[in-house]
Amino acid sequence: MHSILSILQEHAKTAEQAGEAAGGAARALASANWGFEQKDIYLLMAIPLLPLAGYIIQLFFGRKLPRQGDWMLISLMFAGFGIAIYEFAKCLGAWSPEFKIESRTMGLSWNFLGSSPGSPSLVAGVLYDNLSAAMLVVVTLVSSLVHLFSAGYMKGDSRYHLFFANISLFSFAMLGLVISDNLIFFFIFWELMGLCSYLLIGHFYYKDSARKASLKAFMTTRIGDVCLLIGLCILYQHFGTLQFTELYEKVKIAVQNSPTHEWPEWLTAAGILVFLGSVGKSAQFPLHVWLPDAMEGPTPVSAMIHAATMVAAGVYLVGRAFPILTPDARIVVSIVGSFTGIFAATIGICANDIKKVLAYSTISQLGFMIASIGVGGVGAGLFHMITHACFKACLFLGSGSVIHAVHTQDMREMGGLRRKLPITYLTMLASTLAIAGVPLFAGFYSKDAILAHALARAMNEGIWYYYLPIAFLATASCITAFYMFRLVHMTFHGEPRDREKFDHAHESGPAMAIPLIVLGSLAVVCGYPFAHGIPAPLFSEARPWFLAIWEDHVPFETLLGGHFAEHHEHYEHILHESAHSNAVILSLCAAGLGISLSFAFYYFRWFSAEKCANAIRPVYNTVLNKYYFDEFYGKTFIAGTLVFSKVSSLFDKYVIDGIVNFVGGLMKKSSDASASFDRTVVDGFVNFAGFGTQAIASISRMLQTGRIQQYVAFSVFALVVVAALLILR
Amino acid sequence: MNVASNLLSWITFFPLVGILAIMCLPSAQKQLIRLVAIVASAVPLGLSLYMWFWGFDGASERMQLIERAPWIQAGNFVVQYFVGVDGLSMPLVALTCLLLFIGVFASWNIERGLKGYFALLLLLEIGINGTFVSLDMFLFYVFWEIMLLPMYFLIGIWGGPRREYAAIKFFLYTLAGSVLMLVAIVAIYIITGRFNIQSYLDVNGNNVAGLLELARTKNINPQVLTANGMLLGLPFQDWIFWFFFIAFAIKVPVFPFHTWLPDAHVEAPTPISVILAGILLKLGGYGMLRIGFPIAPESFMKYRDFLAVLGTINIVYGAYVAMGQTDFKKLVAYSSVSHMGYVLLGAASMTDMGLKGATLQMFNHGTSSAMLFLIVGVLYDRAHHRDLNGFGGLMTQMPRYGGWTTLGFFAALGLPGLAGFWSEAMTLLGSFGPYPTLTIISGLGVLMTAAFLLWTIQRVFLGPLNPKYAKLPDISAREIFCQAPFAALCIVFGVAPAMLINILAPAVKSYLAMFPGLH
Amino acid sequence: MGLAGYLIVSAVMLACGIVCTVARKNVIYILMGIELILNAANLNLVAFSRFNGHLDGQVFAIFSIILAAAEAAVALAIVLNVFGLFDSIRPDDPDLLKE
Repeated sequence: MHSILSILQEHAKTAEQAGEAAGGAARALASANWGFEQKDIYLLMAIPLLPLAGYIIQLFFGRKLPRQGDWMLISLMFAGFGIAIYEFAKCLGAWSPEFKIESRTMGLSWNFLGSSPGSPSLVAGVLYDNLSAAMLVVVTLVSSLVHLFSAGYMKGDSRYHLFFANISLFSFAMLGLVISDNLIFFFIFWELMGLCSYLLIGHFYYKDSARKASLKAFMTTRIGDVCLLIGLCILYQHFGTLQFTELYEKVKIAVQNSPTHEWPEWLTAAGILVFLGSVGKSAQFPLHVWLPDAMEGPTPVSAMIHAATMVAAGVYLVGRAFPILTPDARIVVSIVGSFTGIFAATIGICANDIKKVLAYSTISQLGFMIASIGVGGVGAGLFHMITHACFKACLFLGSGSVIHAVHTQDMREMGGLRRKLPITYLTMLASTLAIAGVPLFAGFYSKDAILAHALARAMNEGIWYYYLPIAFLATASCITAFYMFRLVHMTFHGEPRDREKFDHAHESGPAMAIPLIVLGSLAVVCGYPFAHGIPAPLFSEARPWFLAIWEDHVPFETLLGGHFAEHHEHYEHILHESAHSNAVILSLCAAGLGISLSFAFYYFRWFSAEKCANAIRPVYNTVLNKYYFDEFYGKTFIAGTLVFSKVSSLFDKYVIDGIVNFVGGLMKKSSDASASFDRTVVDGFVNFAGFGTQAIASISRMLQTGRIQQYVAFSVFALVVVAALLILR
Repeated sequence: MNVASNLLSWITFFPLVGILAIMCLPSAQKQLIRLVAIVASAVPLGLSLYMWFWGFDGASERMQLIERAPWIQAGNFVVQYFVGVDGLSMPLVALTCLLLFIGVFASWNIERGLKGYFALLLLLEIGINGTFVSLDMFLFYVFWEIMLLPMYFLIGIWGGPRREYAAIKFFLYTLAGSVLMLVAIVAIYIITGRFNIQSYLDVNGNNVAGLLELARTKNINPQVLTANGMLLGLPFQDWIFWFFFIAFAIKVPVFPFHTWLPDAHVEAPTPISVILAGILLKLGGYGMLRIGFPIAPESFMKYRDFLAVLGTINIVYGAYVAMGQTDFKKLVAYSSVSHMGYVLLGAASMTDMGLKGATLQMFNHGTSSAMLFLIVGVLYDRAHHRDLNGFGGLMTQMPRYGGWTTLGFFAALGLPGLAGFWSEAMTLLGSFGPYPTLTIISGLGVLMTAAFLLWTIQRVFLGPLNPKYAKLPDISAREIFCQAPFAALCIVFGVAPAMLINILAPAVKSYLAMFPGLH
Repeated sequence: MGLAGYLIVSAVMLACGIVCTVARKNVIYILMGIELILNAANLNLVAFSRFNGHLDGQVFAIFSIILAAAEAAVALAIVLNVFGLFDSIRPDDPDLLKE
């Protein structure tokens, strides 16, 4: 680390020298950009574009490439990881809470809606700050390892090349989202992730359950997406921009300019709508139903969704959007998050499918993160997202390894596998310790920080509903410890319950082992404390590295000034003076209690889980059936939608089209009537005239005999008559 | 006969050459007839591409490539051959040429009455392009009616089992609308004594104000007809507005005038459905923006709230009805109804963003709906039915077809990165300001569109393979060739929407300037 | 003898001519009847000319006589042809144009 730092410092120096040569203005720019140049921006953009390029190549030529192209995508992902590390090192070298690189200040931005004078535009660029730096590393790392793992796990699949293509696209979307500097591009990548999850969850499309799960995942998250889009509409309407930095600035101005110096209500609405986007993507209550079903996808996909991409994006969004969340919106966020935390954890106790347990644990942990951001612990929540990414990816890949070995997902058919799968066992154990919040493991640091924030917020505000998050979260962390160790006990400890499956189990090749080892070790170390840019002793006062780099920036409330700033100072005071020490005790107690209970139930078997379940059978059944949410949604929203669509299509067919056909029929009827009028009356006259003429003619033609003498006689007669008339006149 | 200086005439009337050539060929020479049709539709396509990239100045707000010549002169009654394009119509002309060109290829399977079929197809092209380029109201009307005739026969002769019903419904419905339009045109002529929409300079260099300029500057004065400007209790301008609006609304189609569309689509042969959805519906939206709204600006501002409501109904109601369909083609037809609602909503919003979204949506829906109908056609050619519940698991048997379908469906449901997203998002962003509630309700339409399209994929392509269709051949090279241009356009304008928006923007700007009461 | 005597003779001739023309079933008689009518008219012309003192009437009469001669020639030619075709000189027999 030191060597990298020194390189970076040198780099910064050369940049500064260059700046001096170019003049004062350039130097100001160079220092404002922490030694980043346009080249770095292009490198950052390459991180998502590499997998995209891989995707395109794979889509067209994947089947023809040797090994169906997996080596290409894996290496592209690792290349992205390399770049991410390189840029991350530069970011660490800067080591400043205010570290922020915006491509637009460096003259790199893309006007996506065209540039015409006098009309609004959407300019896209790259935003690279501490958060995106950390996220890039985590996402590229987890993605690379998942790619690698997939090469072993998916071997022999009939759509192997497409699987790799889609998983690369998934990485592209997430990485693009991370470096987006505006909400509209954020939204684009966000939706693309929805597409990828749809494609990947439905990878085994020929299974009925898979096709249902993929549709469910897409539609459920899409509900959130539409809310997010409407939120964007509100923001765009009021601020005329969707660029993060500008939004923060304009929110500040909006609050300061509001007549009562308050947060405007529409901003609360916008904040909650944006948060609803996260509710969908991060599977928060009440849109959590898709995530457990998403287990229908191949296990690497689950790892990807749960650790690196999809669900992390939701938390990332709330983190990015934190400054636009009003206090009212934050209450909603924190209560929804913490309720999800405890709600999902209870379901996790009863689940018997190893992946379902992990799925509910993810929902629960996401609740932690979101609740943390809601109570104001943005750094803590995002930090938990990072540590969680490491250990949850490890857990999922580990479960994949287990499933690969025993070909079942039901934990009741496992047991004793630690002897057969030592690497899987050890890495999963490390991750379990981390997620349970055992000290020295990564999860401890992040979870502890979250509890501290929740506690501080409750103590600071003193209103009853501010106590809900801390109560929920503390209980949830106890339950988490319990069910995670239940998983370990049922899978790896005790005696094998299915001898045949046990006998066939074996550890798989290096492609699957290496990711496990890397992630397992990260689950231990990725929370370690840092002080001033260098690792600190474990038990020092130093904060975990991410918090150390994140938390010292000037808080948004302070920027707002006035009573906001005072309020925030009081909060900070409580956090550091009393909340933090209490939270450590609380989290240790919770973890300890949960772990001991699970040992009592599943290792030493002092109590029987079956008997407990029987004692509270109705409750147990409710939890086992996930509180009947799927059934509820199925009977209400989905059935309602289907009925409504049927009704409206019938309405269309019989009423709207009925009117059209009726009018047509009426036209036909009236035309028939007028036709008969025409036939009888109008034509009658014409015919009458014709007949009359004919009748007269047939009478008068009798005179026309053709006899000359008769004509002459007539003429003479006429002559005589005329003469008589003339004479007698 | 310089091509470059008479570009629009060449584009519009070149198919006439094809029609004459086809008429002269013996009907047994099927390949030759097809070849002639390809050439006759390829040349306008080439010319329109030339127009897009070189002949047209995308930065200019003005009408371009203008050609003007007297056509009918009888005293004061002057009808001119007056054509030109701006950013609004130019992309649509190019889209027409592309759609017709692809339409010829998609018609490869048609064996019966080949001569008449292709002749009518080319006549249709003349009618559509003529309508887009007309700057004279009378000329516009003539082309509008020319378009109707081939469509009637194409549906009525080469259509499905209920083709006569569908064709007559289509014809009468549209004709009813155009009668109203004719009344409005005549009324305007009586008042103003002119037909030209656009202003121009006469031989002496004097400006002859077009109808739109008159409407903007001093209203179209109704004193000739009525003493106080009122007619049966409504201002005269309102009558004009409603007559035009209904005429174009039938074409769009706007709820509740939409029921001809599903019937026409279901009965029409695939290429005709493609053209119908791809470009004919756009004529309605185009007519509103070119004539219907700016000729009665005050009435439009008065009633635009109502139009926005209609647009929203289109979006949401269309999506719901689509979801309730079991006929694949009807489902796609109703999705068109839903998508065209964005055009109306965006047009009613009168914001720069919303209008760009609406005009963009006209183009993008042209590409995405064309894809959808081609997709349906591929399946119908093989399975000879369109019942959504009768398939299942086709992805196993036809993976490439499944891939194309997925692309087409995601383009239609507005996935970012594909063109439909930009038009929908821009429409919603633009309309949120004036109509927040309606925009939120439209969000429901976005949701439902995704729901019914994906549900369709699920029912048709995913799951276990229906053994009845275990022998269906995958999509052929010709069918891919038909899909590919639209897919390419969806992706190109999805990744770089500015390419199209930069062309639309000046037109939108000058359009907004036609409404004096706006700012 | 005054004008009346001429006129009476002329009227009698006219009456005989008309009767002859209308009543007889022989074309020759009809032609003769026509000649009688013409000559009744000629007699009138000459008589009026004589009593008026103008020569106009007599000139007119000469024209008329010449005309009658020409007419008789044409009529007889027609009669001959009709007889050749129909083998009859009854005026009712040539009825090809009837109906």
